[in-house]
Amino acid sequence: MQTTIDPAEVAKFEAMAAEWWDPNGKFKPLHVMNPCRLDYITTQIAAEYGRDLSADRPFDGLRILDIGCGGGLLSEPMARLGATVVGADAAPRNIPVARLHAQQSGLEIDYRNTTAEALAEAGEQFDAVLNMEVVEHVADPAGYLRACHDLLRPGGLMVCSTLNRNAKSFAMAIVGAEWVMRWLPKGTHDWKKFITPDELCALIRGAGLDPVDRKGMVFNPVTWRWSLSPRDLSVNYVTTSIRR
Amino acid sequence: MDNPAQAGITGGMTQDIIIVGGGLNGPALALALAKSGFRVTVVDPRPAPDRAGVGFDGRAYSLAIASRRLLSAIGVWDGLEAQPILKIKASDGRAGQGAAPFFLTFDHAEIEEGPMGFMVEDRHLYAGFVAQMAGIERVRDTVVAQGGGEVTLASGRVLHAALVVGCDGRASGTAERAGIRRIGWGYGQTALVTAVSHERPHDGVAHQLFLPSGPLAILPLLGNRSSIVWSEREANARAIAALPDDEFLAALHPRFGDFLGRIELAGERFTYPLSLSLADRFVAPRVALVGDAAHGVHPLAGQGLNLGLRDVAALAEVLVDAHRRGEDIGALSVLERYQQWRRFDSTAMALGMDGMNRLFSNDNPILRLGRDLGLGAVNALPGLRRGFIRQAAGLSGELPALLRGRLP
Repeated sequence: MQTTIDPAEVAKFEAMAAEWWDPNGKFKPLHVMNPCRLDYITTQIAAEYGRDLSADRPFDGLRILDIGCGGGLLSEPMARLGATVVGADAAPRNIPVARLHAQQSGLEIDYRNTTAEALAEAGEQFDAVLNMEVVEHVADPAGYLRACHDLLRPGGLMVCSTLNRNAKSFAMAIVGAEWVMRWLPKGTHDWKKFITPDELCALIRGAGLDPVDRKGMVFNPVTWRWSLSPRDLSVNYVTTSIRR
Repeated sequence: MDNPAQAGITGGMTQDIIIVGGGLNGPALALALAKSGFRVTVVDPRPAPDRAGVGFDGRAYSLAIASRRLLSAIGVWDGLEAQPILKIKASDGRAGQGAAPFFLTFDHAEIEEGPMGFMVEDRHLYAGFVAQMAGIERVRDTVVAQGGGEVTLASGRVLHAALVVGCDGRASGTAERAGIRRIGWGYGQTALVTAVSHERPHDGVAHQLFLPSGPLAILPLLGNRSSIVWSEREANARAIAALPDDEFLAALHPRFGDFLGRIELAGERFTYPLSLSLADRFVAPRVALVGDAAHGVHPLAGQGLNLGLRDVAALAEVLVDAHRRGEDIGALSVLERYQQWRRFDSTAMALGMDGMNRLFSNDNPILRLGRDLGLGAVNALPGLRRGFIRQAAGLSGELPALLRGRLP
């Protein structure tokens, strides 16, 4: 982070950070989904590394990469649990925003304007890679997942979530979330780039990782809560795979 | 980090919690959170409680089954002296005439959880808390300012926390400092609270008599004693409160009836003006309200403390879950889960108690017939009656772990 920043820029970043972290603002859908994503991520990491989540700073000593970190909605919890976190985002404007919020939260997080491919090329290695709602946005999923593989130490795990491709996911994620509810800007998702769980597993295996778990994430419109489902992977789902 | 102020921080922002108010909800929340690994500080201007071993002052609480489970989970229940409530009789009556022919009986035999609740004396409950609170920091001071997790005390001391919880009653300063507004109204009624000893055993039966001037609750205590919560119109209550003990008893007797034989006063006499006071929000950034600070209800059916303990259980669970996920426990996104969980239940209860009281504190013959038929109908329908019992026992709705007797 530069030490001399234009005050007008700081004000803009503050407003953007406030926007990212407002539970009822523009990113409300992410905030509503976040507890469910975090439950899955923390449980998988704790299980792989034998950590007790009721202990203080259970992820001490673990190095975690958050790809597509945005405002830091996943990076900050990982840092709070004791992990050393690198947050990467290809959108340059997200980085100072995430940095500012981490600073306000008293957390030390290494935010970088970079990509998984660039980090892999630089030889960076992590105990866990969080790859949440990214793969459906990239141009070359196979190449992207190979980079994720290279970023893991042997034994490290990748948590990867995305959207299934079927009539229901079109109705829910495109028609429902973008056109009707306006939760997401129109064009956020390209349904044709959604990936079925079997396709994702094939891609993950092709990248050299072993898929070990998959769960659905199901939204309940009455309670406004997301929960994990062992069976219903029809729209949102999340997977864990290990580099052997 | 390029900000030197952050240089000393390695563990991120504090996840400590400040609880304002050392009554009953405050210590209950403090124990639940401390047992789950949080560092908790209780701030209260009153001296540290040492009510253990004092005599009975007449104050008692009715605890629902769910509340008893919470007290078990936080270590306060074991060894607590309590009178089980085996049966609740609600009836409509007129002073001097005894109960109307229609009445409603709730019997613990209709649900599998055992007694419907327990009566506990304030001195015993307090002693239970005092015994458990030894490891929790208590600061004797008054909060004068708060904001962004920073609390300034009258002494000038400044405390920092991720979250400030207001357990400071219906005149909550915590709510006011957070800019949370309240709505509410007085009932024009005052509760006369005391305890009586009586000739005959109560057999664990609690009575709720709906008298035209206000409800009278006769709640069983250990031995041949009962707790009295007698609500009267303000002017009457003032006059009755001013009476010497023997005349007070003489005024109570026709309402109370003869079913327990001769009665005598067995505790001090207290008066509480009755009012409803609801906070328009239960949370703000780094602030949450619990108990009367969120919702001061009519004390009908003894639901005040039970509602507060349900808040305690829900808030503790939301915070423990958030902490395990690495979330900021003071963030509005986290605290709104608590509000969503509790607001409907507590507001419905507050307004339900309000409606019951309005309906029953009335001598209009049509309302009287209507409510008698209503009580009779509920009494005749076992399913509906069991529903009421489970609701009053705190066993309905989505239960947090503490209300099932486990730490979250």
